[in-house]
Order: sequence, then structure tokens, then C-alpha cells
Amino acid sequence: MELDVTATEADNLDRSLAEVGPSRSLLSDAWRRFRRNRLAMFGLVLVVFLIVVALIGPSLVQDPLDTGGISKEKPTNQHWMGTDSLGRDVMARVVHGIRLSLFIGLIATVAQTCLGMLVGSVAGWFRGWADTVLMRFVDIMLGIPYLVLALAMVAVMGKGVTAVIITLGLTAWLQTARTVRAGFLQVRELEYVEAARAVGVPTRRIIVRHVLPNVFQPVIVLIAIGIGVAILSEAALSYLGVGVKAPAPSLGLMISESQSSFTTSPHLLFFPGMGIVLTVLGFMLVGDGLRDALDVKDV
Amino acid sequence: MAEPLLEVEDLTVSFRTDDGAVQAVRGVNLSVQAGEVLAVVGESGSGKSVTAMSLLQLLPPTAEITGRVSWQGEDLLSVPPERIREVRGGEIAMIFQDPLTALNPVYRVGDQIVEMVLAHEKVGRAEARKRAIEMLDLVGIPQPDRRVDQYTHEFSGGMRQRAMIAMALACDPKLIIADEPTTALDVTVQAQVLEVLADLAHRMGTAVVLITHDLGVVAGMADQVSVMYAGRIVESGSVDQVFDATGHPYTSGLLASLPRLDGDVDAPLLPIPGQPPSMLAPPPGCAFNPRCRWASEEAGCFTVLPPTAERSPGHRSACHRADELMAAGLLDRLAGAATADVGDRGAM
Amino acid sequence: MGTFILRRLLQLLFVLWGGATLLFVLFYLVGGNPAERMASGGGSRNPDPQVVANLEARMGLDKPRPQQYIDYLSRTVRGDFGESFRTREPVIDIAKRRAPTSFRLAMWAVMIEASLGIGFGMLSARKRNSVGDYVTTIAAVVASAIPVFVLAYMLRQLTGVYAYQHNWPDWARLPTIGMGDDRWILGFIPVGGTWRHLIQPAIVLAAVSTAMLTRITRTSMLETMRLDHVRTARAKGLGEKQVMRRHVLRNAMIPVITILGIDFGTMVGAAVLTETVFNLPGLGSQIVQSAKDLDMPVVLGLTMIVMFVYGLMSLLVDLSYAYFNPRVRLGDD
Repeated sequence: MELDVTATEADNLDRSLAEVGPSRSLLSDAWRRFRRNRLAMFGLVLVVFLIVVALIGPSLVQDPLDTGGISKEKPTNQHWMGTDSLGRDVMARVVHGIRLSLFIGLIATVAQTCLGMLVGSVAGWFRGWADTVLMRFVDIMLGIPYLVLALAMVAVMGKGVTAVIITLGLTAWLQTARTVRAGFLQVRELEYVEAARAVGVPTRRIIVRHVLPNVFQPVIVLIAIGIGVAILSEAALSYLGVGVKAPAPSLGLMISESQSSFTTSPHLLFFPGMGIVLTVLGFMLVGDGLRDALDVKDV
Repeated sequence: MAEPLLEVEDLTVSFRTDDGAVQAVRGVNLSVQAGEVLAVVGESGSGKSVTAMSLLQLLPPTAEITGRVSWQGEDLLSVPPERIREVRGGEIAMIFQDPLTALNPVYRVGDQIVEMVLAHEKVGRAEARKRAIEMLDLVGIPQPDRRVDQYTHEFSGGMRQRAMIAMALACDPKLIIADEPTTALDVTVQAQVLEVLADLAHRMGTAVVLITHDLGVVAGMADQVSVMYAGRIVESGSVDQVFDATGHPYTSGLLASLPRLDGDVDAPLLPIPGQPPSMLAPPPGCAFNPRCRWASEEAGCFTVLPPTAERSPGHRSACHRADELMAAGLLDRLAGAATADVGDRGAM
Repeated sequence: MGTFILRRLLQLLFVLWGGATLLFVLFYLVGGNPAERMASGGGSRNPDPQVVANLEARMGLDKPRPQQYIDYLSRTVRGDFGESFRTREPVIDIAKRRAPTSFRLAMWAVMIEASLGIGFGMLSARKRNSVGDYVTTIAAVVASAIPVFVLAYMLRQLTGVYAYQHNWPDWARLPTIGMGDDRWILGFIPVGGTWRHLIQPAIVLAAVSTAMLTRITRTSMLETMRLDHVRTARAKGLGEKQVMRRHVLRNAMIPVITILGIDFGTMVGAAVLTETVFNLPGLGSQIVQSAKDLDMPVVLGLTMIVMFVYGLMSLLVDLSYAYFNPRVRLGDD
């Protein structure tokens, strides 16, 4: 039903209707709950620390490509984390590796989230055949084991940072799309959205003002966890030899390169391994904390 | 009078929360005689359900209970846990508000009754199953031998609550505590379910504590009434005493908000203004004072906790001005709407 | 019920077809010419055109793409996955050779996941906010953040290096790669030295799922404990043990069991990393190698098998869900 109202009236009505939705105090409540969660705060500190390392670390460490050192030296005063088989400083490579991990994780997750939100909104808003086609496609993608799909894509595109980012962006959006679609379907039926539609608020404004704020919370959680997963995936692909190209300092690649000497030089596995674990752990903890703080279920 | 079946003295229940202790029940006294129906009436949040749960210690561990719950002379709050288990279901059975959630969805209805019987009696499974079918029959469930093997989702709301009653009565308890047994049901089946409960309790000689917010239910079924407000009993007595010689403004207000089928059907319903107080920080003096049109400084309503006093044999209420208001007939149910404006003047 | 199964089988076929098509498109349209790649030895020399043409003819790559796609589909439907570009071995033989290792590994990993995940999850829920609960929670988060290959190296460092250096008892010194004698009773119980080879990969493969299952079990138990019917069970006079076993566990296990089923389905395909690290002859390590070699028939065929197992497990899980949870009525909607 369409009521006979002017655009200004509709806008005013819509403004007051918007206040029924999630409010500012909800976010400050969430932040209070997040702060009380010690594990989540630890994760946040970890993430901030790693970002600082990624930003200013490279200017403090040695050249990660300089092969001037002694091969496979244990940690010394000059090389705090030792050197690898080519005599490169492991600490420099780990710091650059963390930077690369964060970069790939961030860009891939941004891409993935945009794609997922686009697909999810289209399916959830228009429903009908668009929904059917898109969701069946998601089913197919979900049916293929994630790593196999990523492997096939990278194998086809060839190695490299760009290929890895594209692969992760194109394979990781499924969960986001499903969540956003579910949010759309749910919000569409809410009374204040029906009311907004009834008074003739334009579709685009309804989506921006009413629906997106509602799917925003689970998407935030998915982004935090998604970065962790993307970093793990990059490490896995590089480890399998189809990810980042040598001699780029990727943590997964470093482990792969030194796996043959793990009995004699455990430091070559330990430090890059810790780099991955801490980075992923930080984002996972933040994601979990956000999930609890925002009271998001089923993500 | 004989020794009461259940006697609750000075019961308090408080919950530890992040914002401090919430005193849900603050010194409640109740007494139930064998075979009699006691209704505990109050708004949601008055502490009536918490009182019911605390009798069998069914509250979460954050609850702290003090006082005495004397069951046939034995204090249930200090007996060992094994004894409490014997009492639960065997001597005192409970009926809960929402039968859909109160019954386990993954077991057959019959099996849940059988489980109850086996927990308390030394009988075989076949015997227990026969009892379950009998009980389902008794509460008026058609085709009980078929229904016994169905799941709760295959029952309608009314049928579920009948099954719950059947379960409660399965071990022939001396007392049933029914916590808002009809609130979750359709209005049309509420009366039937209550009738089944009242009828069976009467026939089996089982006493009932009926927790409800519905005074209409009380009038039809109870012998005794206790009215709860903000964790305290504000008035108690027989149904006749409480309805016809009301001794507390809160009860009076509840009665005035009830639609009446006798007398003047056009009389307006008068809701009680305001909200029940927060149990985190209840007001000093009489907890009802913010909503009471009779509250006065001189009587001490704002400063002194009103003592519970006997108004007539067996009829007690806790109000500073009860005698005065009762004498003036201002609390009478039949005065109701007619005295509303008189009341306003009286308050000035 | 019958219509439900039929519908789910059709859905499974659809997903298989979609997966096959997607991978086909990926390899053929985006991926360059596998024949050229092979003839050039992976790009290291200029391929001889005649060799490329011969290879193309052998692989059926000389036909037009749509024709190739239709050939490929009709062969697949008949159960013929073609033969490896590399070794000319029929894909079905590779699958037969490789599948047992993957299934055994997945099976033992799920057993580890079930016992540890449910066990620790229950313990954590029963003793909520205790030290044990915190340790379990933290361990679960950390476990899900460790990459499979890092965990594998940590274990191998412990049992394969440290254990020898510090004269640990014989049983604690474990081999670090391969499946050893590869001897089994009934197809899945390891005999002789085989379990020593099996135990580490099974633990590594199970780690992440175990961590997730622990958390899910804990949450599910805590949520169930708060439910009304548990209070009813107490009000009936049941002992605490009975309440836990019959009314909390039974209800709380419903989501847990479905996840276990799904996990078995995923693990057959998710063992890619584990099999590679431990050098095990399973489907996953074969898929990795073949994907790197652009050996398309092998990747496609083995992926189809993995997807089929996964789809079948989801179907079984849905069916068992109806058994455990009488509220669900299949096919009636």
C-alpha cells in the first residue's frame, strides 16, 4: 500500500523510523562489553602491535633479501632470529612477512566483503530468480573444498601476490553473501521497514538507512575473522608452493623453504610459524570478542 | 486448625548480579493446609514465581535463599539434597508456565511421565507406562494409549498443559505448585485446563499453590489468597475476606482493574497507575507508596515499613491506613469505581 | 521422506555438475594450454609444435571447447574420469589407490575430534568459569589459529627430534612421514607399526575441528542447561546425573553430532595440507601435485569424488538429524 504523502513528510517520517533501528548507544554498550572481555582486548593489543610492526618495522630491520650472512646461523646478537639457508636475516624476513600477510589479508578481505555484500544484497533484496541463481552458485562454490578451489585458481593464474589476493577475494565471499542475504530477508519483514516502504521512502534510502545498519554487525565480525582466515590461506597456498613467489618474504613460503632442515635448524620454522599464529590469533580473538559484544549469532 | 502441610516463614531470595544484589523476595510467609487451594497473586516481577521456585530449590546458583520452608514439619532448606529429590515430584509436584518449553522436545510425552514415576516408585517400566496412560486419560486427553507415544510438538497447547498436569499428578503428590499454568495458553482453553486441575486436585485430595496474576482465576478456584507486591505478601486471607473486605489499597486496585460480570458491566476498568518498583532499589517505607492514592506522610507510608496486622480472624494485611480505609469502605470492591473521586478528595 | 531424499540427491547432482563445470572453465578457458605447458617442461624451454599437436590430439584438446566440455560431461556421467595427462593412468585407478588413506585419516581424525571435542567441551561447560574452562577456551582459540603445517612441524620436532635426543620411551618416538607398513584390519584399524604413522597426521588433521567442536559443545551445553525442560527434569526429582545425561546431553548433542558428520565429509577434502606435510599418499596430496602440473583430469576427477563424499555426508547428517530431533519432519513441508 502507498500512502499519499509528500517527499518531505516521507523523509521526516523515515528519519524518526530510523531511530527505531540500532542506535548509537548500542555501539557504546558493545564497546563496554568488548573492553571487559580480556581475551578480546588481548587480541586487539596484538593486532595493533602487529600493525605497528608492519608499518615501522621494515625501516628498523635489515634487508630481507640480503644474502650476506652465514647460512642457517642460530640466533645471535647480529641476527636476533638467526639466518636462513641463504644467509638472509630471519627477523627482517618475518617482519616483512607480517607486513605482507596483513596487506594480503586486508585487501583480500575488503574485496571479499564488497563482493559478498553485493551478491547478498541483490539476492536478499530482489529475491526471486536473482536469489535462486546466486544462491545456487554459492552452493556450488561451497561444495568444492576451499583449498582445492583456491589451489585450482592459483594454479591457473600463476603465482604472485596479486594472484593470491584475487583468489582469496573470489573464494572467500560465500559466508558474507549468505549472512547479508539472511539479514536482508529478515529486515525486509520488520515493521519499521514496511512502514518506511508504505510512506514511499525510495528503495535505495531504505537499504542504506535501515537494512545496511542491520547487517553491519555480523559483517564486522566476519571481516575480523575473515582477515585471520585470509592470512591462514595465504600461508597455506605459499606453503604448498602456489602462493607468493620466492624470494618475497612470505611466512608460509619461509616455512616451506626450510622444511627439509627442521631437525637441525628449528628456528627457521619457529619464528615464521609464531608470526602466522600471532597474526591469525589476534584477528580471531578480536572477531570472537566482537561476536560476543555485538551479540551476533550464527556467524 | 490442623498443622499446615506447608508453612513458609520469612522467606527471602536475592540474586547476585553485576549491578548488585536484587532482592526478589523479602520476607514472605505462606501457609497451606492439606487439600486446600492457595492462590498467590501479583504482577509480573512481584516475586511470586521466584517464591514458587525457591520452595523446591529450583533457582539458579546465583540465588541466595534464607528463611524456613517447613514441609510437614521438616525444613526443606536444610535437608540433604537426596531428600529434596524425594520431595520433588514425589511429594510436591510442579506445573510450569509454558508447557512447550517445559517438556523435553526430544522424548515422547509418555516417556517423560514414566521417567517421573520410575524416579519415585519401585515399579517396572510396563507398570509405569500403564500409569502414564491412566493419567493422560484422567486429565481428559483422548486416545491416551496413542498419545502416550507422541512428542510434545504433536500436542496442542492445551493438551500439552494437560500432559504436564498428568505428569505432576503421576506420583500422587500431596501438593502441586502451579506457576501461572494458563498464561501461555489460548484464552479459550485456559478455563478447561484450570477446571481439570481443580477437579483432579479436589478428587485426589491434593493441595495446590496456584501462582497467578489473574484475580478472575483466583475467584473461581482458590480457598485462600495471598497478594504479593514487590517481594512481600501485602494481604492474605480467604477468598471471601480478600474480595469482600479488602484490606490493602493494592488489592483494591487489582480488583478495580478487573472486568466485572456481576452488577454494573459498564463501570470503567481502572488500571493501577505507575510501574512496580525496581527490586535493585525499592522505595523506603511501603513499597506501594508511589502508586497509592492513599499514601500519606503522617501515617508513615514513606518512611516506615507497614507491619502485617490481622484485620479479622485469618485475614491479614500490611498497610498503615488499612483500618481507617476499611472502616470508611474505601477499599471495597463494590465501592470500586463509584468511590474513585471520593478517594481523590480523601487523598488531599 | 522419500521426496526429501530425492530432492537432496538432485541437489547433490546439481552441485557436482556445477563444480565440474566451474573447474573445467577455470582450467580450459583461463589456464592456457596444458599441452604446451607439458611440452615445455613447465615453461623451461620452447615447446616443439609437433609435440604440442600430438599431445593435444591425445588429450582431446584439438576439438572445439564446447565439444570438449560435452565429451567431458558425458564421460563423467558414465563414471569415466579419463586418464592423467602426465602418467596416462586412469583417474579412477588413481582414486582407488589414493582414497583409502584419505578415508582412514579422516575417520581417525573425526574419532579424535569427537572424543576430545565433546569431552573437553562438556568439562568446560560443567565447570564453567573454572581454571579448566579458561584453559580449554584459550587452547581452543590458539588451536584454531595454528596453520596445519606449523602444528605438524611442532609435533614432529617433539616426537621425531626431541624424543630421540632425550631418550624418551620407544612408544613416544614417532616416525615423521609416510604410512609405514600400511597394514590394516577391517580396512581401518591400524596394525603393527602403522598406528605410529597414523597418530600424528590424525591429530594434526583433527586439531582445528576439535577446537571448534569444543567451543560448540560448550555453548550448546550451557544453552541447554538454561532451558525450561531441564528445570522440569529437576522438579521431577531426577538426580543431577540423570538430568545431565538424559536431558542436557541428549539435547545438547544434536548440533554436535551433525557437525561431526559434516566434518568427516570436509576432512576427506581438507586433508590437502596434512597429507602434503606428512607425505601421505591420499587424495589431497595428489590434487595438489596434479593442480601444480595442470593435470586437469586428475584434479577434476578427484575433486568430484571429494565433493560427492561431502554431499553424501551432508545428506546423511540431515537424515540423522531427523532421528535425533523429532521436531524435524523431513519432506512434510
